[in-house]
Amino acid sequence: MIQVNYFARLRELTGKGQETLDRDSMTVSELLDWAESTYPGFGADTIQVAVNEEYALIDDTIYSGDVCAFIPPVSGG
Amino acid sequence: MKQYEIVETPIDIQQYSDYVLHPAAGAVTIFTGNVREWTHGVKTLYLAYEAYIPMAEKKLAEIGAEMEAKWPGIRVAIAHRIGELQVKDIAVVIAVSSPHRKAAYEANEYAIDRIKEVVPIWKKEIWEDGEEWIGAQKKYPEKGVGQ
Repeated sequence: MIQVNYFARLRELTGKGQETLDRDSMTVSELLDWAESTYPGFGADTIQVAVNEEYALIDDTIYSGDVCAFIPPVSGG
Repeated sequence: MKQYEIVETPIDIQQYSDYVLHPAAGAVTIFTGNVREWTHGVKTLYLAYEAYIPMAEKKLAEIGAEMEAKWPGIRVAIAHRIGELQVKDIAVVIAVSSPHRKAAYEANEYAIDRIKEVVPIWKKEIWEDGEEWIGAQKKYPEKGVGQ
């Protein structure tokens, strides 16, 4: 199982803070594609993915047990 | 308090100033980012901040480490508030001490620039006639931001 977290606009779009995907592994790119097809308007091409609290590259592999987060453009400060 | 933290209550800047002050520090700079009423002609009623708290605190600490590497001898403390903030409230405080003032000024500005780039915190502006999550749109980078 892969855990994914949603924040800000994405939390409101999906209507949830987190969910789990029943996968053994997938790439960051595949995760973004899954999100875009599952949630129209997700805007995957503007979103980064964090894996275990660190920014991941688009070709990185995510494994079961990892905690992921979709990071839309940040606006702190 | 923690040296790098996300808080849900009003920020008291004195404790961050006290944290970085020590006998060899001849300068302390305190930056606060505050809620502005007017942005590009639109009146903000209040802001709602949200964070991925564990990662945000980790990124704040990484920024502090970058600063200490670039300006040896400084001490840093950073806090960002989340939740609903009213006009004039402090959203972020950055305290930097250094033996001489130049490093404290420069390092402090570096910190706010990096916070706006890499720390997973989001701001929603709430207006009289609507609301919107703020954030510059950008394509997925070739290399992860902040790595």
